[in-house]
Amino acid sequence: MSEIDATRPAEPPGASGQPDAEAITTEERGQFKTVVVRFLRHRLAMISLFVFLLILAFAFLGPLVWPYDHTIQRDVPASISPTWEHPFGTTSAGNDVFAQVMRGTQQSLKVAFTVAAIATTIGAIYGAVAGYFGGRVDDILMRIVDVILVIPLLVLVAAIAGATRGGTSWYTIALIIGFFGWTSLSRLVRSVVLSLREQEFVEAARAMGASDIRIIFAHLLPNTAGVIIVAATLLIATTILAEAGLSFLGLGIQAPDTSLGLLIENARSAPFTRPWLFYPPGFFIIAIALTVNFIGDGLRDALDPRQTLVRR
Amino acid sequence: MTAPDAPPPPDAPGTEPILSASHLVKHFPVRSKGLLRRQTGEVHAVCDVSLEVHPGETLGIVGESGCGKSTTARLLLNLIPVTSGEVHFEGRELTALSRKEMRPIRRDLQIVFQDPFASLDSRMTVFNLISEPLRIQGGFKDGGRTRVRELLDLVGLKAEHGNRYPHEFSGGQRQRIGIARALALDPKVLVLDEPVSALDVSIQAGVINLLEDLQSELDLSYVLVSHDLSVVRHLVDRVAVMYLGRIVETGTAEQLFGSPAHPYTQALITAIPLPDPQKERARERITLKGDVPNPIDPPSGCRFRTRCPTFEEKLTDGERQACIDDDPELIDRGQGHPAACHYADARQLV
Amino acid sequence: MSSVPPDAGRPPQRDPDVVLEVDELSVAFPTEDGLVHAVRGVSYQLRRGEVLGIVGESGSGKSVTSLAVMGLLPSSARVTGSARIVGEEMVGLKDVAISRIRGERVAMIFQDPLTSLTPVHTIGRQIGEAIRAHRKVSKSVARDRSIELLETVGIPNPQQRVDNYPHELSGGMRQRVVVAIAMANEPDVIIADEPTTALDVTVQAQVLDALRSAREATGAAMILITHDLGVVAGQVDRVGVMYAGRLVELGAVDDVFYRPRMPYTLGLLGSLPRVDEDRGHRLTPIVGTPPSMVNLPTGCPFAPRCPMMESRCLEEEPALFAASGIEHHAACHFHDRLTDDTAPTDLFDTAAADSELTGEYEEQP
Repeated sequence: MSEIDATRPAEPPGASGQPDAEAITTEERGQFKTVVVRFLRHRLAMISLFVFLLILAFAFLGPLVWPYDHTIQRDVPASISPTWEHPFGTTSAGNDVFAQVMRGTQQSLKVAFTVAAIATTIGAIYGAVAGYFGGRVDDILMRIVDVILVIPLLVLVAAIAGATRGGTSWYTIALIIGFFGWTSLSRLVRSVVLSLREQEFVEAARAMGASDIRIIFAHLLPNTAGVIIVAATLLIATTILAEAGLSFLGLGIQAPDTSLGLLIENARSAPFTRPWLFYPPGFFIIAIALTVNFIGDGLRDALDPRQTLVRR
Repeated sequence: MTAPDAPPPPDAPGTEPILSASHLVKHFPVRSKGLLRRQTGEVHAVCDVSLEVHPGETLGIVGESGCGKSTTARLLLNLIPVTSGEVHFEGRELTALSRKEMRPIRRDLQIVFQDPFASLDSRMTVFNLISEPLRIQGGFKDGGRTRVRELLDLVGLKAEHGNRYPHEFSGGQRQRIGIARALALDPKVLVLDEPVSALDVSIQAGVINLLEDLQSELDLSYVLVSHDLSVVRHLVDRVAVMYLGRIVETGTAEQLFGSPAHPYTQALITAIPLPDPQKERARERITLKGDVPNPIDPPSGCRFRTRCPTFEEKLTDGERQACIDDDPELIDRGQGHPAACHYADARQLV
Repeated sequence: MSSVPPDAGRPPQRDPDVVLEVDELSVAFPTEDGLVHAVRGVSYQLRRGEVLGIVGESGSGKSVTSLAVMGLLPSSARVTGSARIVGEEMVGLKDVAISRIRGERVAMIFQDPLTSLTPVHTIGRQIGEAIRAHRKVSKSVARDRSIELLETVGIPNPQQRVDNYPHELSGGMRQRVVVAIAMANEPDVIIADEPTTALDVTVQAQVLDALRSAREATGAAMILITHDLGVVAGQVDRVGVMYAGRLVELGAVDDVFYRPRMPYTLGLLGSLPRVDEDRGHRLTPIVGTPPSMVNLPTGCPFAPRCPMMESRCLEEEPALFAASGIEHHAACHFHDRLTDDTAPTDLFDTAAADSELTGEYEEQP
């Protein structure tokens, strides 16, 4: 937790275009620019970003141009090995696996980003409130977090998914994971806010007569942006894995729709006999998790003020 | 204790004080670690402090770290709740006011902080920083932009600096931004909490001159909190010296620097090195032994007695007993201004 | 006293009285923005038992110079020139060889005593270890000596204090323990880098006293690095003023304080509020900020802030010229225009507004 130091915040986007850079004789880099430079230097993160963009294009643009979709189709021959026509082969029911993987990646990404959005919003605000008010408020809010943390997510999803008969859509899964997945982020934000609120700029706002809401939203949250961004990227990676796990267990997205986890579940008897059914979705899960994690790593390093400027 | 001590010294303005504090006390609870967080003691940060600030004057509060000077400043601004005591601003009692009731009064009471890096939100542009008080207090819509430009000009920055971020400025410039922000609401009293101690000397002088000019231009009252007696001497009309939560001596700058009567003030003044080799070699120096006692458990009687050179070297056992038993009142014992020492003895030291 | 020829810090031959000789020492650090030239050709000599003050504002290179002398810079730093302690070259020396000299010949005191003391051992053990690192003595002898040293630096009840851990002591006391460690092996040179900056004034006085006792007890020469001209005035024999990585004025303390020949020194003195001067006195801030150490413009680095600036100042960086007084040097083309009667207000404006140039600021790495 402490390795992510966000007391020094990221630069707001507006700083990239410095108003009168000519007037600055010595080259003074904006914080945003510094962060970008540092990120660009993080080779693994850059490669990951490139790969991730390819995956995005594959998942969202691919279905628009690929002649087959993920459902069972008459003109698709069943159970064939990869060909040029069907690069990942087809299922015994007659699905084009390439189209299925595109659809599955798309669904998994949608779940992941929705979860990241929900969990980040709740976690950031919850953590900021707990950290800013401190004392009894903090005690109560954090005990609630402790309680939520001890409920196993799997059991919860199983219970809710079981209640919604007839298949779970991607957004139900996203909402469930999102509403219970914000706890670690809230702890992170809380710890940063705890140190931020002691800083003089918060006291300065109070001396101007600023309200608590203003202090939290105008000062504290923007200054935790570094931590939040990094935590969100990590959340995306873990959600992809969590969704895959749930779908694998039959608790996630149901056929005829598909997701990466579901594809693997369907192919679980195939790894040795028909590996083209099993490995492509597995590869995409790993690729997304890894690239997003590396991008998060790169962002974290780039935002860390203690990172030295000296080349090593 | 007699009622609000520190009677205005002879040359203080004959007006009503604009800001005054009487018998301020602030104790911070010390809690044990763990779930129960039981209170195990109290830090006696400020004990029975009474002060007055008159319109247009500068009151200095000096002392070493942990003496309670910054806490006193925050109590004056009602930024932290008092344990007991009262603060009056233009006749109105502040400590009982709610945050909402306090908001309009904050226009008149502003503060400049020590750390020009931590006191400015680094994600805001200079324009947004300086206009924030106007937005909060609802004065931004009519002429906010012009006002920010005026303020930048007032503190010696240029209007085009508004688009930049604090990290693009040096410490001295940032402190000017902090001053501009504090002046945005046209306050009557400005609390300056170590305003120049984070700055290099050559830069510090510019900020000191600026503060002097602003005071005469805008008719401000200052409360200057500082550990640096040189800066205090340079800026203030009256001084209160604090030690371990108490005011030990108070008077005009001339009285206090010219004829300090409390042994602590004397030690403090002689400990300040002068940038003058010959004077420095010839100077009498009163060196204190030991360190400031723990404010959780301050000494009985006079809080300074454990380090007091007078107590140690000059007093008889009988005289010492008074220091151990009785907390000396802050009164004039013939030295011309109040000092909290049973054996106050004015001396000339600089 | 040997006389130093003008324009060079180097004596004709080695003076046996010189314990530290720094010659054309330069230090550069590679950064994202390019090489930061933190120290640019600093030369000075320190004689046996002498106290030399080095003053300068943050980023002037005053600390880096001494870290280079001690061999304590990070490996990325590029150090050129020479620094000899009692004839022994420190620049480019291997770590093993340097640690033999450190402590034995030269000791350093830092601003924060907690960086020099380990929290897990008693102070007696730490002083003892410092002694036993260079001398073969028994533990009990080392302990007795530790008590003696603690007494010298003015720590009350040294017999009991010797068994305390650093966290049981106050800041001022810890710093005095560091002074005791520094003098443990009677070094020839003690370098004190802002030793009192983190302390309150009354405690500062105690530590300065401890430093004086340490000098008297060991006969060590001392370099006192500080930003506080007041501390320097009372403690040193000679002063060097640093600006933008160079010594810009060097001389006896009285010469530099009463007869400065470099406008920067004069401005610095005029910008100080003094406890013996009251309100009527107006300060003279120096406009602008120190230059970036990455792309230093040619010419005198102080020129953009200097009220005496002429075209020559922008073209040619002045060397340390011999000025009036014994061994008084100033790096100003027009040092002879400053007389003994020049007051800071004669040269510098006392304005408050617009006192800093904008955009020339760069944070020091």
